[in-house]
Amino acid sequence: MAELEPIVGRYLTLALAGRRHRVYFEEAGQGIPLVCLHTAGADGRQFRHLMNDEAVTRHYRVLAFDMPWHGKSPPPAGWQDEEYTLTTRGYVDLIMTFITTLGLERPVVLGCSIGGKIVLELARLHAKSFRALIGLESADYQAPWYDDTGWLHRSDVHGGEVSGALMSGLIAPQSPEETRWDTLWMYMMSGPGVFKGDLFFYRADGDFRDRVAQIDTSHCPLYLLTGEYDFSCTPEDTLRTAAKIQGARVTIMKEIGHFPMSENPAQFRRYLLPVLDEIRAAR
Amino acid sequence: MPGVFETLPALVNGNAALVRRGRYCTTTFLVEVGDTAWLISVHEGRVEKVERGPFLMRAWSFAVRAPAAAWQKFWEPVPAPGYHDIFAMTKGGHARVEGNLQPLMANLRFIKDLLAAPRRRA
Repeated sequence: MAELEPIVGRYLTLALAGRRHRVYFEEAGQGIPLVCLHTAGADGRQFRHLMNDEAVTRHYRVLAFDMPWHGKSPPPAGWQDEEYTLTTRGYVDLIMTFITTLGLERPVVLGCSIGGKIVLELARLHAKSFRALIGLESADYQAPWYDDTGWLHRSDVHGGEVSGALMSGLIAPQSPEETRWDTLWMYMMSGPGVFKGDLFFYRADGDFRDRVAQIDTSHCPLYLLTGEYDFSCTPEDTLRTAAKIQGARVTIMKEIGHFPMSENPAQFRRYLLPVLDEIRAAR
Repeated sequence: MPGVFETLPALVNGNAALVRRGRYCTTTFLVEVGDTAWLISVHEGRVEKVERGPFLMRAWSFAVRAPAAAWQKFWEPVPAPGYHDIFAMTKGGHARVEGNLQPLMANLRFIKDLLAAPRRRA
């Protein structure tokens, strides 16, 4: 018997900022749409364990797209003369366009890192469009642990190798070897300058300290889960953010770093499944 | 922390996968454990020389400096959050990384694994 996984991948054309983008996404399961947002400089493969988890896919239609420039989603035509930079506005537009184009009705959105950060903007601007929002490694602001993202894109340092090496420290020591290196492989494959372009949003444009207090969780529950070994978005960053948002629910996850869903899927599901059950029960 | 760095040549050079990972790395870098300075000379992924300071006019490419207590936590079998990575330690104010960082960044995984190699002894 062939060992086929339930994950199916397709390409979709989206108009973003007036340009055609060919966007790759994968999905598995049926039920409540659960749109998953990958971390900076990585791609939707980070969610393959969720998509292969029957406890999730029994009730949720799990979808994960590769952002343009990431994974199997190419940059738009003309990219060769541009520098890729992710902005808050562009990122919100991408997510909302993906959801409306596919006709997903009041989905749950789960995002990690940059994806966790943008969830805060989705909560502020579009709360009524979502059944619930889940931010992993999410904060309104993180004090930087790097002050020169130029190392990620220059001719005398291999961008993939240095990205993987930098990210290795954000994985908890307890995470299994296989999933640890699987997580790093995605970083090693990232296109030149893409991780750096994402970090513009993570580090500069995505400073939401002045606005997270506007989030109204009565329209849409907001869950924030952060790993204890994450020194990029620390548990303190998430707790400080949550303290400004009435009704936000916080969990600090043991033995997890910056990539819960891909570095240690078995540990992460212990924290995620109760959240997904709660969201389902609240309908 | 006497003893830790003396074991580095055996720990690194005896690990074929690690030597392969560092095969493009040739440099001499400084590690400070509190007041004690160490110069570590690497040639194509092999630790050729480990010297204990003080040094008077020796050149090095980059330096990693931390108090002895911080290194001790870094080398725990399962280090606590904040002490599990050199950049976790720099962000937390427990370590400093200085000098010409190009050789470090170009060989970052190798250098990180080299510095963490004593962890395996526990």
